[in-house]
Amino acid sequence: MTTQTAPPEAPTKQERRKLDEGVLRNLGLVGVLVLLIVVGIITKPDLYSDPTWVKNNFLTILQQASAIGVVTVGMTFVIIGGGIDLSVGAIIALAGVWATTLATQSYGAGGMIFTALVVGIAVGLVNGVLISYGKLVPFIATLAMLVAARGLAAQISAKQTQVSANDTINSLASERLLGIPLLVWILGLVVAAGWVLLNRTTFGRRTVAVGGNPEAARLAGINVKRHTMLLYALSGLCCGIAAIMLTSQATSAQAAMANLYELDAIAAAIIGGTLLSGGRGTIVGALFGVLVFSTITNLFAINNLSTEVQNMVKGAIIVAAVLIQQFRYKSLTQLFKR
Amino acid sequence: MTIPAPRDGATADASTALKTDETVPAPPVDDNGEGPGDVVLRLTDVVKTFPGVRALDGVQLEVRAGEVHCLLGQNGAGKSTLIKTLAGVHHADGGEITWLGQPFAPATPQAAMRAGIATIYQELDLVDDLSVAENAFLGHEDTRFGFTRRRSTASRTREILTRLGHAEIPPRQTVRSLPAAGKQVVSMARALSHDARLIVMDEPSAVLAHDEVENLFRIIRELTAQGIAVIYISHRLEEIREIGDRVTVLKDGRTTAANLPARSTPTRDLVSRMTGRTIEYVFPPRRPAEQRDPLLVVDGLARTGEFADASLTVAPGEIVGIAGLVGSGRSELLETIFGARRADAGTVTLDGKRITSVGSAVRKGMGMAPEERKSQALLLDEPVYKNMTLASFSNFAKAGFTDVGGERKAAERTADALELRPRDVNRPIRTLSGGNQQKVVVGRWLLEDTKLLLLDEPTRGVDVGARAELYQVIHDLAERGVGVLLVSSEVPEVLGLADRVLVMREGRIIHESPAGEIDEGAVLDLIMAGSLTTESILEGEPA
Repeated sequence: MTTQTAPPEAPTKQERRKLDEGVLRNLGLVGVLVLLIVVGIITKPDLYSDPTWVKNNFLTILQQASAIGVVTVGMTFVIIGGGIDLSVGAIIALAGVWATTLATQSYGAGGMIFTALVVGIAVGLVNGVLISYGKLVPFIATLAMLVAARGLAAQISAKQTQVSANDTINSLASERLLGIPLLVWILGLVVAAGWVLLNRTTFGRRTVAVGGNPEAARLAGINVKRHTMLLYALSGLCCGIAAIMLTSQATSAQAAMANLYELDAIAAAIIGGTLLSGGRGTIVGALFGVLVFSTITNLFAINNLSTEVQNMVKGAIIVAAVLIQQFRYKSLTQLFKR
Repeated sequence: MTIPAPRDGATADASTALKTDETVPAPPVDDNGEGPGDVVLRLTDVVKTFPGVRALDGVQLEVRAGEVHCLLGQNGAGKSTLIKTLAGVHHADGGEITWLGQPFAPATPQAAMRAGIATIYQELDLVDDLSVAENAFLGHEDTRFGFTRRRSTASRTREILTRLGHAEIPPRQTVRSLPAAGKQVVSMARALSHDARLIVMDEPSAVLAHDEVENLFRIIRELTAQGIAVIYISHRLEEIREIGDRVTVLKDGRTTAANLPARSTPTRDLVSRMTGRTIEYVFPPRRPAEQRDPLLVVDGLARTGEFADASLTVAPGEIVGIAGLVGSGRSELLETIFGARRADAGTVTLDGKRITSVGSAVRKGMGMAPEERKSQALLLDEPVYKNMTLASFSNFAKAGFTDVGGERKAAERTADALELRPRDVNRPIRTLSGGNQQKVVVGRWLLEDTKLLLLDEPTRGVDVGARAELYQVIHDLAERGVGVLLVSSEVPEVLGLADRVLVMREGRIIHESPAGEIDEGAVLDLIMAGSLTTESILEGEPA
């Protein structure tokens, strides 16, 4: 017991460095945002010289980001927990369509919201049960759900666009509180709740543990299966919220709504620093990821450029973001090894 | 024909080292006369160091064409490092390796293969979804203009399989559908496809049933009849006696005896050359034994194919050690007790309450430090304190909100108690040494009200100093009344730590006795099922 081990001398300020890693990444994304705005100013100086336009344009960007942002929060949890949810767009469509059937609309705004949330959670739970207890690979289970949920949505809506006749729902997209659109408030609330959930609760801690090392989590007494199931239910809940938001924006819902949202949400989470293999990720980063995408969309829109080019740029940004992360992560671990 | 005593400077060193070891009787002087061919491989004073460890510290080895040369040694004696050095995975830091009369230093596994040394690892490295023929020629496919020549590959494979006495294996069948024995044949076919002149087999019989072992031996005899040399690693002495020609014994990375006749060397001699390891084990002083009612009662626990009829008890404050080889079912037993594997039969009770799942085990006061620290216990990117509280963060939390401050403080207290170095609990755990990581894994259960701690290979990958500290931690835990059930491949560790020792072999607990009443040699003998102490085997659990 008298034996002394010589511990490798501590690289100092460890915590600060770790903090730096997260902050740096987010700073990088802020830098990209600033760059995109600068490009906007250069290409459309006349528009940017009008302060009212600038303010409204920013609010437009935020409003555009709101529904996908909510979905991305749920997606970030699923990915940190070691999974993936390809069915988010389909769940939104199903929840949106279900919430706007004549029968549901007869229960008023409360009934519609309730329906959307319950449908979202229920479909998420089905995903979760298939993955946790049916031992399906998340990719397969949610891919199947992607197809099936859209199918069901088309069946319910008879492939028709269902107009929302509910003024309360429709006003969500048009009304403002303190000058900020309600949808943006909803996004803000969901992001804040997501941040607290991930960083300040046992649920969040379990999510990181389950995604980071499921075996270690299991052997520490964490119910990995139940938690995994809950993560998909959470993603479903976010989809339900997003379904209401999109329905109010379009004042209608249809089976084709929220098309390819799964890709945007995954991409936003990834460029926000969430590790696709699980165990690591941030809500704030994911939000920045969403904002980068919606700012690009906006930039292309004000310049009247085609969406084709826009998609190419998006793809390039995803690749660049992941490359930068890999590089940074590698150099950091090298540093620690010394 | 030859004597193992000084043939050249190298073996002289070996025998000198032998003589300085007081536990070892005089080296045998006669050779059984087998080993008919010329020397193909000679290792002289081979050294290989890893950071902090001298894995090979002067290995002598001489292998002749057409012989089966057995390597014997306890876990950590350096066998794996040695064969990986021959296979080109590791590179020797010192000493000399001669292969077919030439200095030999393979830069890559491919180079070793090309030179004619093939290695068959314990985990067979076959691609399950490729065919037998494709596996046999993997990496050196028979191609023309980039297209594989399936027909000629198949016929060449069939030729090799015939040579191995297994013409019945269809070359185009996928490997996945073959039993373990068949896969092993494919591995050997791959070795022969390279025209190997030396085949190293790392515990080839571990994955085989008894009748399959016979078949393996038949193949080995056919190979040696063709002049191919075989290095055979096994812990089963009876196999070494049956198939081996000569034996080289390793201990602490050193050759303690070379070229012993495999058939005639007494078991006692072989075992004594493997034991009495010089690595320091500093154990806390033993407490006087104290009779208490059992805390953990395991009754007739079984899992098909892993272990059977396991019954044991652990009392509060008692340390029970299980000695056994990898694959003896000891880790599986531990995990089943913890509820991480479902038992096919039998019961586990802690304090009279049934344990059926990990959740119930943890709630009722059981903790476990699993065998594979990195893959089973740690969140490597997370800070030390979060790893420390992985099993208990819910207890700190209020209404679902985590209390990071409280967790940090508790983690710091535990870090102090464990003498964690560095003591900073905010560091990512991947930056800690293996020993300190292990302290965190053990410390995790100190934060819980743990009554029983299951430790699977607690000192694997832990340096000597940290080892002693971990022993002290385990000892202190027992002093506080925690029951400890410990599994280790290191026999001295089990004997030094435990109050009571169980020996497992092939899924059964074959011996139980107070630690003071059995010595290292006897335990090793039981593990390897040598000739001695069969009476004590009967004292175990009658089926």
